[in-house]
Amino acid sequence: MTMSDNHLQVDVAIIGAGPAGLAAATELRKRGIKSIIILERESEAGGIPRHCGHPPFGMREFYRVLTGPKYAARLVEQATNAGAKILTRHSVTCILPHGELEVATPNGMINIAAKRVLIATGVREKPRSARLVTGTRPQGITTTGALQSMIYLKGLIPFKRPVIVGTELVSFSAIMTAFKGGIKPVAMIEKNNRITARHPCELIASFKHVPIYFNTELETIVGTSKVEGVNVTHNGESRMIDCDGVIFTGNFTPEVSLARLSHLKIDPASGGLEIDQFARCSDPAYFAAGNILRPVETAGWSYREGRTVGALIADDLENNLPTNEPEIFCKCEAPIKLVVPQRIIPGQSGGFNKLQLRVTRAVKGKMIIEDDHGIIWQKNMSVIPERRILIPLSSLDLKEGTKILKFYFKE
Amino acid sequence: MSSETGIDSSRSGAKEREIYDVAIVGGGVVGCAIARRFVLEGAKVILLEKGVDILSGASKANSAILHTGFDAPAGSLELQCVQAGYKEYLEIFRNFNLPILKTSAYVVAWTEEQLARLPDIEKHAHQNNVTNVHLIDREALLKSEPHLSNTALGAVAVPGEYVIDPWSSPLGYLTQAVLNGAAVRFGYDVAGGQFDGDTWQLKSSTQESIHTKFIINCAGLYGDYLDQSLLGKSEFLIKPRKGQFIVYDKSASALLNAIILPVPTERTKGIVLTRTIFGNLLLGPTAEEQDDRSNTSVTQNELENLKIAAENMVPDLKNMPVTATYAGLRPASECKEYRVFEYQEKNWITAGAIRSTGLTSSLGLASHIFAQYSKMTKPHTPPENIKTPKMPNLAEHAPRDWTQPGYGEIVCHCEMVTKREIDNALSSVIPAHDLSGLKRRTRATMGSCQAFYCSARLAELTKNRLSHDLSIARNGDDNE
Ligand SMILES: Cc1cc2nc3c(=O)[nH]c(=O)nc-3n(C[C@H](O)[C@H](O)[C@H](O)COP(=O)(O)OP(=O)(O)OC[C@H]3O[C@@H](n4cnc5c(N)ncnc54)[C@H](O)[C@@H]3O)c2cc1C
Ligand SMILES: Cc1cc2nc3c(=O)[nH]c(=O)nc-3n(C[C@H](O)[C@H](O)[C@H](O)COP(=O)(O)OP(=O)(O)OC[C@H]3O[C@@H](n4cnc5c(N)ncnc54)[C@H](O)[C@@H]3O)c2cc1C
Repeated sequence: MTMSDNHLQVDVAIIGAGPAGLAAATELRKRGIKSIIILERESEAGGIPRHCGHPPFGMREFYRVLTGPKYAARLVEQATNAGAKILTRHSVTCILPHGELEVATPNGMINIAAKRVLIATGVREKPRSARLVTGTRPQGITTTGALQSMIYLKGLIPFKRPVIVGTELVSFSAIMTAFKGGIKPVAMIEKNNRITARHPCELIASFKHVPIYFNTELETIVGTSKVEGVNVTHNGESRMIDCDGVIFTGNFTPEVSLARLSHLKIDPASGGLEIDQFARCSDPAYFAAGNILRPVETAGWSYREGRTVGALIADDLENNLPTNEPEIFCKCEAPIKLVVPQRIIPGQSGGFNKLQLRVTRAVKGKMIIEDDHGIIWQKNMSVIPERRILIPLSSLDLKEGTKILKFYFKE
Repeated sequence: MSSETGIDSSRSGAKEREIYDVAIVGGGVVGCAIARRFVLEGAKVILLEKGVDILSGASKANSAILHTGFDAPAGSLELQCVQAGYKEYLEIFRNFNLPILKTSAYVVAWTEEQLARLPDIEKHAHQNNVTNVHLIDREALLKSEPHLSNTALGAVAVPGEYVIDPWSSPLGYLTQAVLNGAAVRFGYDVAGGQFDGDTWQLKSSTQESIHTKFIINCAGLYGDYLDQSLLGKSEFLIKPRKGQFIVYDKSASALLNAIILPVPTERTKGIVLTRTIFGNLLLGPTAEEQDDRSNTSVTQNELENLKIAAENMVPDLKNMPVTATYAGLRPASECKEYRVFEYQEKNWITAGAIRSTGLTSSLGLASHIFAQYSKMTKPHTPPENIKTPKMPNLAEHAPRDWTQPGYGEIVCHCEMVTKREIDNALSSVIPAHDLSGLKRRTRATMGSCQAFYCSARLAELTKNRLSHDLSIARNGDDNE
């Protein structure tokens, strides 16, 4: 690492010290890459698990059940022990071609020139505004992540009787988080007829006496300075639920604010960075790993992805990655929501060996993959939203010259 | 809710009864600009605002366009004030360190019928003395706005329409007033008053009386009520007109250079697409009549309609994430003109129904009102050394606090708001009293995550420093 004035030169700069970024740093160091820095904008490294004050984290990485904060601390320790340098309160403000970064620090701006950059800025929940929800904008409207930071990191309580919108896995974390702060959610509402998370998550709700209202949609938020209630519709009928807060849960979206302002391509389907199976972005100096790639995987998945991509970056620095041509583009049609990676270089092994897919609604039927000449893969399946669907790349017979792979469903 | 501010001089001094030259009722952009003008002219001023902060009414949500007046009704007071306000803003903004984004605007025709009306718009603009307004054809329009849908047929170019900071400007005006002697009282809801032929005694439901020789009604959405309750009559009726907005992600601001205006209808200026001074792209407003004078709720239907309209104009908006939604209320009345009334026998002027151009016109209106006032009263002596505040820059295109060392930490990551900025906003001449006030002074929580990442830290930093804490308790506190 060389530093002159406000200019830093490194082999690899990693943006984000969450599970993915920390894992990649650990792997890169193990592979003997010397100058690695992790740039983290918060005052502490660890990412989202820092404020998930509950288990289970770390079973596959550390063979034990940890809470989020303990897991985060272990990851930080692992990366630091491996020799990675973590710079907190370093906010990357600009991504430029060929690995040039602008970074804000409390001591002034610095520029970083990296041979390779890994973007691992994670995922967040979609706030109320982006969901275009009707109503006033009083205090007391939040997301699970914000609530977790308030309660687990700061011991602050924003309300006492909130309504929880959504039934994803994280929605049940919201219940646990709430109870930790002495908050009693009055209801969970779900627009479908079943919870989005896996059985038996609903037992958390019933154990805590939080009713789940199915086939119910949030209609209006009511309240002037504070939330006073929400109107919901159930089978076309409207009714009011008395509450003093609203927790919008799930509906994750990759944190690409920074990347959106750069030259890198964003995939409108996943909302994340567009990559090939070697995790390379549209500018091959940039790689991406973790939940910036798609909504949403577990911390453990993001960690393993970080390790994989760390190894790929090391390969690349040793000139062991294939050039990124010719490429096949993956295109999905509703109800398939996303395919990651979006670009495949045919005839290569290594890199991500599986395609990750998701659907937008519950579907039953045949998933089909078609190339320029016809169907190359199909399988009967029944899937619901927010479940990972994995297709081994080796099961696809990819022909040279193919331009586009089409993914669709026959119901 | 009543609150004292450190800037209230009347409370700290002797108990002796203070008599102001002028009490300004309402801390919207109009009240702030008028307070400034009167202080600069030497009057002893107090501004009374019922909210915990300035900009609690119509002025908290607008499109932030600095209008040239090209489309204002010919010969109207509105036109006169818009043009005087525009001119004065351009004269003073640098001294206040206020920003300006020189976008220019296009009035775009999307139908043959609208296209046929463009020459009249140009002619009207020239009559209003906005002489650089000119027609441009479809090719020229699409060349300078390549992301605009190619269904556009032509446009009128209005080079002088700009974008400003809708919050720092009025805050700057009132800060200057305070630095040069004005008093401000928040939480002061003027509920009644008596005039003895020389002095008014104003009453609020919660605070002590204020004595003043003259009153200027700048109560915005409640202007008619104030006239009604203190003068016994009102010559106008406020008819609130709601405008909903969508704020797109910062990346969307690259899709447009100029402000895209529609060909106006009788009722409204119509839906606008404009970059904001904060680096986003703004879409709106709707125009919805309602009776309620405070309800600024957004509705999913209208927001979705807005999005469709925008995507028709700029197809690339389809994949752009929405950052925020909000609504504002225009203090419109039963007719199109501003409603300014002078009641000499009551030492009273009403600046009413400043509906959809007040951000621009406020400085001009302030001079107009002062001129009217001067005809009714004895002259004042202007102060000698006038102090001008340097406002913290919130504009995206100019260096912000985070580029300067020593900021401590970034609190709001999306908008890059520093701890130093938060601390300053909580201790400035007119400090923030609630989260909205803090947002307007710093941009905190206005970004794409809408407080996902920063609300906990923000709640911690502002604990016991705002009128409503962002948290209601600490974990483990014994609360009911
Ligand atoms: C609210 C919430 C709750 C979750 N709960 C669970 C759970 O209980 N169990 C589970 O297994 N998974 C959970 N997840 C999913 C998953 O664990 C996390 O998304 C996981 O942390 C992903 O790891 P990551 O490294 O991709 O991103 P993150 O952990 O989000 O780390 C990203 C890091 O990048 C930093 N960063 C972002 N932008 C910049 C920038 N411009 N400059 C510098 N640094 C930057 C951030 O500060 C952050 O530290 C949850 C996710 C969320 C959002
Ligand atoms: C959707 C929309 C878009 C707009 N776009 C633009 C634009 O692009 N450019 C432009 O120039 N203008 C624009 N405007 C217009 C501009 O915002 C208004 O003209 C301006 O805000 C009116 O300010 P005001 O001070 O008269 O009223 P207000 O801001 O309503 O101020 C009145 C104040 O008086 C207080 N008050 C009321 N009653 C009492 C009482 N009894 N005692 C004490 N205090 C009291 C209220 O709390 C309030 O703070 C727009 C307006 C809207 C709504």
